[in-house]
Amino acid sequence: MDKTMIPSIKEMTGAEMVIQALKDHGVEHIFGYPGGAVLPIYDALFAAANELVHVLVRHEQGAVHAAEGYARSTGKCGVALVTSGPGATNAVTGLADALLDSIPIVVLSGQVATHLIGTDAFQECDTVGITRPCTKHNWLVKDIADLPRILHEAFQIATTGRPGPVVIDIPKDIQFKKGFYVEPGSVSHRTYKPPFEADIDAISQAVALMASAKKPIFYTGGGVINAGPAASEHLRELVELTGFPVTSTLMGLGAYPASDDKWLGMLGMHGTYEANWAMHDCDVMIGLGVRFDDRVTGRIDAFSPGSKKIHVDIDPSQINKNIRVDLPIIADAGQAIKAMIKVWKQKEYKADKKALAEWWEQIERWRAKNCLAYKQNGNGIKPQYAIDRLYELTKNRDTYITTEVGQHQMWAAQRYKFEQPNRWMTSGGLGTMGYGIPAALGVQLAHRDSLVIDIAGEGSVQMTMQEMSTAVQSNLPIKIFILNNRYLGMVRQWQQLLHGGRYSHTYSEALPDFVKMAEAFGCVGIRCDKPEDLDAAILKMIDCPKPVLFDCIVDQMENCYPMIPSGAAHNEMILCDADEEATQVSDAGKMLV
Amino acid sequence: MSTNRIERHTFAILVDNEAGVLARIVGLFSGRGYNIESLTVAEIDPSQHTSRITIVTSGTPEILEQIRAQIGRVVPVHRVVDWTVDKPSIAREMALIKVAGTGEKRVEALRIADAFRARPVDTTHTSFVFEITGSPDKINQFVDLMQPLGLVEISRTGVAAISRGPDPM
Ligand SMILES: Cc1ncc(C[n+]2csc(CCOP(=O)(O)OP(=O)(O)O)c2C)c(N)n1
Ligand SMILES: [Mg+2]
Repeated sequence: MDKTMIPSIKEMTGAEMVIQALKDHGVEHIFGYPGGAVLPIYDALFAAANELVHVLVRHEQGAVHAAEGYARSTGKCGVALVTSGPGATNAVTGLADALLDSIPIVVLSGQVATHLIGTDAFQECDTVGITRPCTKHNWLVKDIADLPRILHEAFQIATTGRPGPVVIDIPKDIQFKKGFYVEPGSVSHRTYKPPFEADIDAISQAVALMASAKKPIFYTGGGVINAGPAASEHLRELVELTGFPVTSTLMGLGAYPASDDKWLGMLGMHGTYEANWAMHDCDVMIGLGVRFDDRVTGRIDAFSPGSKKIHVDIDPSQINKNIRVDLPIIADAGQAIKAMIKVWKQKEYKADKKALAEWWEQIERWRAKNCLAYKQNGNGIKPQYAIDRLYELTKNRDTYITTEVGQHQMWAAQRYKFEQPNRWMTSGGLGTMGYGIPAALGVQLAHRDSLVIDIAGEGSVQMTMQEMSTAVQSNLPIKIFILNNRYLGMVRQWQQLLHGGRYSHTYSEALPDFVKMAEAFGCVGIRCDKPEDLDAAILKMIDCPKPVLFDCIVDQMENCYPMIPSGAAHNEMILCDADEEATQVSDAGKMLV
Repeated sequence: MSTNRIERHTFAILVDNEAGVLARIVGLFSGRGYNIESLTVAEIDPSQHTSRITIVTSGTPEILEQIRAQIGRVVPVHRVVDWTVDKPSIAREMALIKVAGTGEKRVEALRIADAFRARPVDTTHTSFVFEITGSPDKINQFVDLMQPLGLVEISRTGVAAISRGPDPM
């Protein structure tokens, strides 16, 4: 076959193919860090500077988290480019993070030339070996003829089915070699055929079960967000149609508007009293795009003992993994919700009004506990107060929130009310401190005019704070809002509750002067330690056109409640410090993380 | 989860024979803490570049269900079949077994080998290497009987399994 006769086949180098494939897959922004083994790709990038914006990060972990933030806030695929050896190993945390949270990203890594592989060459490492367990799939490209196909498969696998990270490891000689590029449409994968549509019989059974429910609850998760904004719209319609209460995991926040009265708040370890009690006592649980994570279920054998469980997920391996369910449905959450609405309407189902009214009465009694209330003692800023003020002052703006990991993250999840999907970027599954700053960069790059805030802890920010330099260089005016308690607060809380208050290595004697640090980076630093000054300081941060580091000095010993201690059941929640003395964490519970 | 009953199952996995595919499957087992009791792998269709992996594993029914689902998720996997639950099947294994000895023991070893249809494939005045094919249980039994007769060494292939009747996996 004469290849020149077919217009879609062009001869180019491997590096050019990479750039061409990025363009063909609609990529406009990538995050990366150069090195010897990716020089040819960087050279091709130089030529494509008008079409592809590259953000130079300060650490490859930052590149991957930025790609995650970009992906999570846009629904598109995030892309990162790293060099071989240390470039690739630095990317590993981000890959593991994206795998657990089902974030679609393509990471391109350079590799030593094919003839050097296996010789312990300079900056050689077994990238596919190291990243195999923390990617959805990965490839080492050994032949230029395979490169176009692999590039296209990578985007397909990362973005479809249960999304996730993929790595393409490209040896340097392959980047230089010439070959024939084929366009995306021309490849179809031999084995990868992800599910999508829901089985209509299973949906009909599920809907019949829902219609007969007396104490139903929707338990929604990141799968609804991943199913696209339409899925969130459909969720709203289904909740409206049925009148059922709805709770969500950490990853699912925003799929259902937090201002609505059907919203019970987040569930799980730091979930609300009403959400966890409703999960415990319900008779029909409708799990949508969730995975019954241990942070959600608490003690497995005491998890929602009396309910029939419907479980919709696109990944068959999540069915019956932690919790046995009665009705599994393997499908895209959005498709399943749409089908449920259709069946509910077709069959003219009506919810059991009387039973539902009683259920709601019960829920209102739980709600009346006001479980997120806190005591304002002392003159300092309570972290909860800081989040509440941040919420009030930003809620009417076009705001995106990222977080680090710790107490501040949980307070943000509990108190910041999300009305839309894709506005909340947090490291849920892996719990990666250091996620928030680079993720915010990714979000800001995709939404130049929006307000992007990283709700942070002083511990976490020090893991990736070098990315403030990236923020300055790339003109990304992110706001880093630190709840500074000088403690690795979440760990300190566990030490208080489980280890007799022995605060082993959780206090930071030394901390940088964050205001000076901000200035040194070329950002703006703001410090606030008085509740009465907080609003003005937050407004100053919001109005600042530059990246801002906000050092909000908060109560050092505040604990995050409610809390289900590890190994306990949903109905064994601790609500405040006074409760905690009465609660004994079992030895088995202490084993859990 | 509810039961702690441990069962032994044999899985057949049809995969694209690409670099690293075995590492993906084996890594999945070690990474998630599943057992591998035996593992057999070879290319079965060179024109299609497909290989067949047969794994004998054990676990509770819940774990076995997870194993199947997790394998199914690996990208280059075409199909997974659990021979213990899906279809009637036969499983066979081959072993080479070295036995050294003289006199009465040597005669006894040969006699038992004959009863098991094990064939001597190497013979010296003081030793035999037997080739035996059969179910893993049959091979275990044979090995037990050879133990007092001068068993020196065993090499087993691991299990190959296939469904009964005309249909493919
Ligand atoms: C990379 C990493 N290392 C360790 C941990 C364990 N860890 C979880 S929360 C936490 C404390 C975080 O401290 P800080 O950022 O100050 O947040 P706070 O809890 O005080 O709000 C630690 C150390 C982690 N989640 N990630
Ligand atoms: Mg802290």
